[in-house]
Amino acid sequence: MLSWLPYAVAGWIFLVGCYGLVTSRHLVHTVVCLNVVQSSTYLLLLAVGWTRGGTAPIFADIGRSRSVTDPVVQAMTLTDIVVGAAVTALLLALTVQIAKRRGTVDPRALRSFEQESEE
Amino acid sequence: MSAPGGLVEQLPVLLVVVPLGAAALVAALGHWTPRLVADAVAVLVAAVASAGAAWLVVEAGGGRVVTWLSGWSPGVLGGTGGTGSSGGTGGHESVGIVLVADRTAAMLVLAAGVLVLAGLLFSWRYLEETSATYHALMLLFLAALSGFALAGDLFDAFVWFELMGAAAYALAGMRVEEPRSIFAAVELGVVNTLGASLTLVGITLLYARTGELALAYVGERLRAQPADALVGFAFALLVVGALVKAAVVPFHFWTADAEAAAPTPVCAVLSGAMVSMGVYAVARWWRVAFDGVLPHATVEHLLMVLGAVTALVGAVMCVYQRHVKRLLAYSTISHMGVAMLGVGLLDEHGTAAAVAYLLGHACTKGPLFLGSGVLLNRYGTVDEHALFGQGRGRWLTGSVFVLGGLGLAGLPALGLWWGKATLEHALSVAGAPWAVAVVVAAGALTSGSVLRLTARVFLGLGADPRARGEGEEPEEPEEAEEPEEAEEPEEPEEPEPVGYRTIALMVAPAWLLLAAGAALALVPWVHRAGATAGAVFADRQGYVDAVLHPDRPHAGLVGHEETVWTGSGLALAGLTLVLALLVAAAALWAPRLRAWPPGRVAARAVRPVVGGLHQVHRADLPEQVAWLLAGAAVLAVVVGR
Repeated sequence: MLSWLPYAVAGWIFLVGCYGLVTSRHLVHTVVCLNVVQSSTYLLLLAVGWTRGGTAPIFADIGRSRSVTDPVVQAMTLTDIVVGAAVTALLLALTVQIAKRRGTVDPRALRSFEQESEE
Repeated sequence: MSAPGGLVEQLPVLLVVVPLGAAALVAALGHWTPRLVADAVAVLVAAVASAGAAWLVVEAGGGRVVTWLSGWSPGVLGGTGGTGSSGGTGGHESVGIVLVADRTAAMLVLAAGVLVLAGLLFSWRYLEETSATYHALMLLFLAALSGFALAGDLFDAFVWFELMGAAAYALAGMRVEEPRSIFAAVELGVVNTLGASLTLVGITLLYARTGELALAYVGERLRAQPADALVGFAFALLVVGALVKAAVVPFHFWTADAEAAAPTPVCAVLSGAMVSMGVYAVARWWRVAFDGVLPHATVEHLLMVLGAVTALVGAVMCVYQRHVKRLLAYSTISHMGVAMLGVGLLDEHGTAAAVAYLLGHACTKGPLFLGSGVLLNRYGTVDEHALFGQGRGRWLTGSVFVLGGLGLAGLPALGLWWGKATLEHALSVAGAPWAVAVVVAAGALTSGSVLRLTARVFLGLGADPRARGEGEEPEEPEEAEEPEEAEEPEEPEEPEPVGYRTIALMVAPAWLLLAAGAALALVPWVHRAGATAGAVFADRQGYVDAVLHPDRPHAGLVGHEETVWTGSGLALAGLTLVLALLVAAAALWAPRLRAWPPGRVAARAVRPVVGGLHQVHRADLPEQVAWLLAGAAVLAVVVGR
């Protein structure tokens, strides 16, 4: 019953994040949207590892026969969160630099200089 | 097959751990020690890592060095998994993480090591005022590249993939050489992270289906049941991240900006090693996990079309560039498309040729980037028009451009010769003569562009582009440059003249790479080793056995060596060179050519194509994301159907 719901929510969060990225007018907003996209992968991972009636995979105080959720995806989610946090911090630091040097953080105003370097 | 001897088995681990540990050490001690210490440690570690990788190339031979980290091999848990073949998350065969080093992986690690070494040697004089953070990041970059090449586990590969990206974003943004491109590092970061997220979704779907992360297990489980749309969808998402890294159209927009803005030694590593890893990942993942699971023809056509489009778009954009580093970046895109053609054949010879091409490309593009760094250092600009005639008689730097430019055409005895000759052979044997034409066209256009800029800068040949203006089409687009572009461009390099010795010290690493390229082209052992590497790479069952059944005897493979020095290869190299010279000459004397009626017709015919490409390539970040998502959707539809 409703076992598809987490997948649908993960898909929805992914799409919302992508919509934000495509329509973004502010780099901080862009970076947060990227974070939203990444969160959808956390949810997807956890949904994959979920077992009906499963408990936390800590075997110290439960019997070996108890059904548990998959610890591998939880470890992956944690790793993913750490990686995501590092990338977010880095991108925000770069955004601060851009704001200082260029006086704008609108990704549409910050075009590349492709046009000036055409032969 | 695990090679005898404990040290060899630990070699793949050491190739990751040593640069990683050294990076931490350099970052920690950097504040208290003089710059020279950071330089010395970083160079030493990169040299040791390269030597280790070379040793691994030899040791891997016709087999593989398989290492389960901390001894968590599949047997350790006593087979907790049960049958588990029905899928679902129930039965893990293993929870360990495995590194699988075959000769192909080892060769790519070696290339990364040599490029980082050359980059660090170059920056000794080039980046006069930099902190130890730079050295730490370069070593981190090397560790991530090595880890990615050696990973035999999908999630492990993903982590290295992201770490490689993070090191690249930080390096690209730490010292922006083109002030207008300060934005490039963010672009690189957002686009690559989004691609990596899609890859992670693909990995998650595969895990949901197979309950495994080790590539060998994933492959075995996928083959146990008929593939459905989910598997195709997972493959499409998985490769999107790799295609973003590989700068394949339409995921390539970040490349030109990042390689224009990043410090030049970083560009050499980006375009020689990181981009190559994307191509390698597609080949590896396909071969071990999806070969025989997904329809062969669909994937072959998809990759061949992507490769051909990338090769041609990159090459045309390359011709129409006057910013030397952007020009080289577009040429990188083009050559990655060519390598993708080899991977797209999905056979032993195509992959072997593609890897040879990647190695040759690293040894050709690396020196060119370093050469452009010398120009920037010396003249404070890399604008081809501003540099017109400035380099007359400066053949110390000019020679790098001449050899690099000729090298891009795949001239015998230069870096790309081995890869280009074997690739053309593989393509024509596989019955794809049109792809051979694409290879020749990409080589001619990219080589012609570099030869044109060499002729302008070092010989002062052709019409002086600074004096031009009357023949220029009034192609000013409606959206004029924003006023804030008028910001004072701060010169990142000291423009004052530097001594001959300093220049020689900067040119030396470029020559080191060119010499390595010549070795690739000329040493018969390398060609034999490459053929064996291709045979081992293509041996899916051997890979699975080496990981899953290390006790099962496995005979070392010996590849069937293709002769590199064939008449057709030489003829095609000659043809490419002639076309490259024509391209260069046409560009140098473009105004005169346009005055000539057939020239005018031709110019009018190409203008809409080139104008359209230019328009597309002015994409801002949201547009780049849209291209990425559209590309991913098309891939998913084509493969998941």
